[in-house]
Amino acid sequence: MNLNRRNLLKIAGAAGAGAALTGGALASATTRGAAKNAAGVLVDTTRCVGCRACEAACSEANGLAAPEKAGDDTVFAARRRTGPTSFTVVNKSAEKSPAGEERYAKTQCMHCVTPACASGCVVKALEKTALGPVVYHEDRCLGCRYCMIACPFGVPKYEYTKAAPLVRKCTFCAARQEKGLPPACTDACPSGALTFGKRADLLEEAKTRIYQNPTKYVHEIYGEDEAGGTSWLYISDVPSASLTLPQDIVKKSYPEMADGALSAVPFIVTLWPPLLMGLYTFSKRRDDVAGHENSPKGAGHE
Amino acid sequence: MAPKAYARSLFTRTNAIFAAILAIGLPTLAYRFWKGMGAVSNLSQTNPWGIWVAFDIVCGVALAAGGYTVAAAVYLFGQKQFRPVLRPAILTGFLGYLFVVVGLMVDLGQPWRLPYQFFLTPGTTAVMYEVGWCVFLYLMVLALEFLPAALEWLGMTKVRRFMSAISIGIIVLGVTLSTLHQSSLGAFFLMSPGKLHPLWYSPFLPIFFFVSSIAAGIGMVIFESSVSHRAFQDQLDPEAHVDMDALQLGLAKGGAVVLFAYFFVRLQGLVASGRYDLLLTGWGAWYALEMLGFVLLPSLLFAFAVRTQSAKLARAAGVMTVLGVVLNRFNVSLIAFNWNVPDRYVPALGEIIISITIVTLGVLVFRWIVNRMPVLHEHPEWRGAH
Repeated sequence: MNLNRRNLLKIAGAAGAGAALTGGALASATTRGAAKNAAGVLVDTTRCVGCRACEAACSEANGLAAPEKAGDDTVFAARRRTGPTSFTVVNKSAEKSPAGEERYAKTQCMHCVTPACASGCVVKALEKTALGPVVYHEDRCLGCRYCMIACPFGVPKYEYTKAAPLVRKCTFCAARQEKGLPPACTDACPSGALTFGKRADLLEEAKTRIYQNPTKYVHEIYGEDEAGGTSWLYISDVPSASLTLPQDIVKKSYPEMADGALSAVPFIVTLWPPLLMGLYTFSKRRDDVAGHENSPKGAGHE
Repeated sequence: MAPKAYARSLFTRTNAIFAAILAIGLPTLAYRFWKGMGAVSNLSQTNPWGIWVAFDIVCGVALAAGGYTVAAAVYLFGQKQFRPVLRPAILTGFLGYLFVVVGLMVDLGQPWRLPYQFFLTPGTTAVMYEVGWCVFLYLMVLALEFLPAALEWLGMTKVRRFMSAISIGIIVLGVTLSTLHQSSLGAFFLMSPGKLHPLWYSPFLPIFFFVSSIAAGIGMVIFESSVSHRAFQDQLDPEAHVDMDALQLGLAKGGAVVLFAYFFVRLQGLVASGRYDLLLTGWGAWYALEMLGFVLLPSLLFAFAVRTQSAKLARAAGVMTVLGVVLNRFNVSLIAFNWNVPDRYVPALGEIIISITIVTLGVLVFRWIVNRMPVLHEHPEWRGAH
């Protein structure tokens, strides 16, 4: 139903006299979708040993303080979240593998194919690049924190204690990628749990691994459809729910959810003024006929 | 009045309360900008929007809807009996929006970059981009709508005449801009289907926000006219003989219809979601309280007030309507938002103090203007000519 309504509004908006105003919406369609060969990472949690080398590499690459309790496994006792000074954290799964092994999963920005944060940002401080990363332009950010409201994964974090605060999150090492280098975390991973490559290829790889080991893997690729698809993809032999990956994610593009409302704008801009002027003329005419019009001509509208 | 006598006249009990609020509030405000918002607020990584957004902005915009509601009724629908409350409604609207912007400045991390969205790096795909432009333009429209009162006060006859000639165009622009941004405020939450409780999340949120903003406007005009009538007795026109009771009953008639329509579209939202199962949970009880106690009940009370010609009941229903819209905005942006997250947000004392300070500043400016310009009464030279 929602889809039909949206399409209807799109057609109506495009056909309307306010077509010029839809320029923004059309531009968004081209900037939203990343290129076919955009980068991605496949996380195979059956290969992750929970060494947290990715955390250390991330902190180093982004100039952040070293991860808490580096090399100390007691850190896994509590569920950890990313923060303004830790862009990725590894958590232990609530469930062990069928073979009785511990499972771990790192969390970071998922770098959505159509990110809610970027489409909702009023100053384009967040932007999905053609290479794949969702990057943050700190020189533009107003600090409205709408990205934090919109992100279904709860990724953007804020520097509440600073006088000129910024949003902080995983950058997918965009600067390294531009130089042809892989993200620091994938480079540091010693166990092969993180595979860096083109998202399209990684999706094939994930499917192949599941196909070749149908009894081992859970038949689920987390990130394939979540929020319309993410650059980061997860496969595992335990359910994604136990890997602390959010489960209330709608499997369609989040920016599209606001399309109906945005498409109505040119509609209202073109229809309301003539409609309202018509109402005015109508009520004025009624007054004239009823003989209630007693204001002198030229003194303005009664 | 001599300066000395004027100074003495300022020592009233009301002013003492205002002074106390500002004495605490202004330093708190300064502290927020000096030490960052974390120093005075309970905002967190999971709850990035607190009462500065929920109350100062989301509620503030709805409660300032009286301006466009009454302007449309008087100018476009020919409901001229509401003319006596037009100027106070427009002034309330203008100051309401002005202080929404003040509230926004407090909530933004780097408020000095506000112009970026208009000029440097406009995010044209954002709902907030549309809201930003609408609020900016509508603030100017409200200023223009209020300008005649200021021009009459200043005795600038020629400009005042010109303003009359273009008034309809300004009113139409104002209603159009209000339709857009009142509804878009609801569109903010369209991208939060997993975070906003399903009883409040709906693809129709923009329509809910638009319809309820009209109810909020009507409720606020009834409330504000009652308060002004008492507080500014000396400003009332002795010759006009405005029957405030009849006027409020007229507004009540509109309130009954709009609130019932709003109740109905909200029901349609529930039907579309099909989540009747949630009605039997604690959240369902909270939803029922909002829908039955603060939408359906005031609608019926308005109707009953009109039927029994009880202006007192109409005023009570007006207050309930205002509270109902506040409750709804709080639910969508704060209470039912992040409903399944364990760490709940509760506003810090500093946040509450700053919000009260902003409202107080608005009331003070309102009082200053009403005591000087022809708002609650007509200017003698412009009687009947608007």
